[in-house]
Amino acid sequence: MPIEILMPALSPTMEEGNLSKWLKNEGDSVAPGDVIAEIETDKATMEVEAVDEGTLGKILIAAGTEGVKVNTPIAVLLQDGESAGDIGSSKPPSSEDAAASPVANVDKEDKATVSSAGDAGEKARRSTDEPSSQADNTKVPATPKAEVAADPDIPAGTEMVATTVREALRDAMAEEMRRDQDVFVMGEEVAEYQGAYKITQGLLQEFGPQRVVDTPITEHGFAGVGVGAAMSGLKPIVEFMTFNFAMQAIDQIVNSAAKTLYMSGGQMGAPIVFRGPNGAAARVGAQHSQDYAAWYSHIPGLKVVQPYTAADAKGLLKAAIRDPNPVIFLENEILYGQSFDVPKLDDFVLPIGKARIHKQGKDVTIVSAGIGMTYAVKAELELREMGIDAEIIDLRTIRPLDFDTILASVKKTNRLVTIEEGFPQNSVGDHIASQVMQRAFDYLDAPVITVCGKDVPMPYAANLEKLALPSVADVVEAVKTVTYRG
Amino acid sequence: MATAARTSPAKAKADAKPDTQFRGTLEAPQPATLSKEQELSAYKHMLLIRRFEEKAGQLYGMGFIGGFCHLYIGQEAVVTGMKLGMREGDQMITAYRDHGHMLAMDMDPRGVMAELTGRRGGYSKGKGGSMHMFSKENKFYGGHGIVGAQVSLGTGLAFANKYRNDGSVCVTYFGDGAANQGQVYESFNMASLWKLPVVYVIENNRYAMGTSVTRSSAETVFSQRGVSFRIPGMQVDGMDVRAVKSASEYALEHARSGQGPIILEMQTYRYRGHSMSDPAKYRSKDEVQKMRSEHDPIEQVKNRMIEQGWASEEELKTIDKDVRDVVADSADFAQTDPEPDASELYTDILL
Repeated sequence: MPIEILMPALSPTMEEGNLSKWLKNEGDSVAPGDVIAEIETDKATMEVEAVDEGTLGKILIAAGTEGVKVNTPIAVLLQDGESAGDIGSSKPPSSEDAAASPVANVDKEDKATVSSAGDAGEKARRSTDEPSSQADNTKVPATPKAEVAADPDIPAGTEMVATTVREALRDAMAEEMRRDQDVFVMGEEVAEYQGAYKITQGLLQEFGPQRVVDTPITEHGFAGVGVGAAMSGLKPIVEFMTFNFAMQAIDQIVNSAAKTLYMSGGQMGAPIVFRGPNGAAARVGAQHSQDYAAWYSHIPGLKVVQPYTAADAKGLLKAAIRDPNPVIFLENEILYGQSFDVPKLDDFVLPIGKARIHKQGKDVTIVSAGIGMTYAVKAELELREMGIDAEIIDLRTIRPLDFDTILASVKKTNRLVTIEEGFPQNSVGDHIASQVMQRAFDYLDAPVITVCGKDVPMPYAANLEKLALPSVADVVEAVKTVTYRG
Repeated sequence: MATAARTSPAKAKADAKPDTQFRGTLEAPQPATLSKEQELSAYKHMLLIRRFEEKAGQLYGMGFIGGFCHLYIGQEAVVTGMKLGMREGDQMITAYRDHGHMLAMDMDPRGVMAELTGRRGGYSKGKGGSMHMFSKENKFYGGHGIVGAQVSLGTGLAFANKYRNDGSVCVTYFGDGAANQGQVYESFNMASLWKLPVVYVIENNRYAMGTSVTRSSAETVFSQRGVSFRIPGMQVDGMDVRAVKSASEYALEHARSGQGPIILEMQTYRYRGHSMSDPAKYRSKDEVQKMRSEHDPIEQVKNRMIEQGWASEEELKTIDKDVRDVVADSADFAQTDPEPDASELYTDILL
């Protein structure tokens, strides 16, 4: 029977890609290992290799087609004795099959493999219907277009440009590097590879190897080198490939970067940004899926930023680079490919430490940040249908925390639900709940509910991973509880 | 204390072009010949450190200094000799046995002692303490309490020197104990890869707290610890300020000229325990006494000056008195200066 070659997933978060080029024509014979096509994702251009021997019977997806979903048949391979006439006998996989297919795996039947699958960005979450599955690709619109409240930091009438979080982060670094010679970026694969997640794409070409520095895989060491450079007045941006690996470097971040200003009586601090993807991506298991917002927010001497939108990513990264203090900048891989409106301004800088009211409401306050906002935004739509008018606060900064905004909202709605993917004990939500209890006890009409990741290491299995993360249903349930709509 | 010459492992490799150039083991240069002024200056500097540390030990015993206090007595020739090879703009960074380094960098003894007692006139306004002290003005970058952390930081200071192309070198100190920390080797790799202007000074005082080097280190020739990273090193008699000065000049020139990092293993000895609370039962009294009577860095200079007729006993006594006065003044200041205002609790956390 003719073999269908399916669109492969080239990274765990990939959902679709562009079929940029066919390297074989219909009628060509193909041997295992032959490169048959090139596929472009937002991260890289990759080659697709044939696994089986045969003749390329029919190309189903033309070169240049954009947005080809993973697992879509892209060509048919004929085996010995078969002809184009046999093609109809090949059964396309049903959509259910595709949805149920386990992750990034190129294709169960091994029809094609990917030659450069060693992409560092092998992290992903494709579990189907959670917000996180708004995965990776180019210009995926940000999850539901709720009525986003206008950001008072953006002048009315400013032209907005659809930009991915990935592009926004890159633009922020490039703008600051143009502005200040003391700013440089260092980390694993930031230069020649163009960034493991392509956040530093193009920076080497513009700024050269002195200011875009590839490091060995030595987080502890290069974090210390960055802090030392900062102590002498340079302004390093240290990229961790993911914050999971920054655990190796946490002594330099906490003991050296955060405390030196105090220990030196104000003589010298560390104007440095530590940035990179934080939290769970998809199906990468326990050691690669941890949210460090609560960890770093514990430390005096650090600022901790966790943006959700591309506009906030840009404006806050620029602010972080200019900030004379060490700033932990927590990104999220799943948000990188999402597209948001970013104001077209020459120098768009946002204040660190100020939350943004994402959507105004009167019945309940939902507080979150970063990827957590995707749950809030989706839940809000469901709640609206139930007649619950939720106010959503995007913290943007975890430390210093903008309690003024939270308290003002709670005093209006009298109910509070927090959302984060991190572990429950000593979570950011715990801290907010405690402060709200101490500072607005009489305004609360229900106990605060903190929606968190479950108290387990992140499992690998798709179904368990989904259970370990918070869900939209968890948020809806929490809101129903605090509004007594049980 | 010279090492047996070791064959560079690189020699065996046929295809590696630069390897033939790499010599992992360097012979220490001949000890410098010091002029009368230089001997006198070295004597005064070392004596200041010795007397300062003795006073700090006293104040600790009296309860004026709290917490941990690590004295540098016995190791004075290392920082004093290194400083003689440094020039304006060069930086220094070390761990927590740091009082001698600060005095060598010409920081004010009053400010150092007042920091030890936790007073507002201390270099860190009393908020750092013995182990965490800095002077941006004097290019002293700490004063770090975590064993080995200063090595990555010092490498970062050198990175900045190269980034700015300002010709400065960072002299980065650590001990035989820190030499076993992982980040030291991560730093070695980057420093050598990027040819950073850094001199690594390993102060081998034979004991990582209470564990002797032979019990803690598989390779006790610390000058060789950079070989895997193509960093040359030499062993230096760290009790002889003349030998240290020569090695310092050699190493700083090496680093400044763009050849990258270099390691100086200073073979030295601390007379006191690891910290004030260490009774040092892990070594014999005889061992300590032998170092004191045969290798004392200060006595060596003193004897040379008397032999040369460059100073009489009387003149040396005058120097001693002057040094004691400076130290007594710093101790008075450190005991009478007020503690920091309570409002300082919340300052200097963020800029």
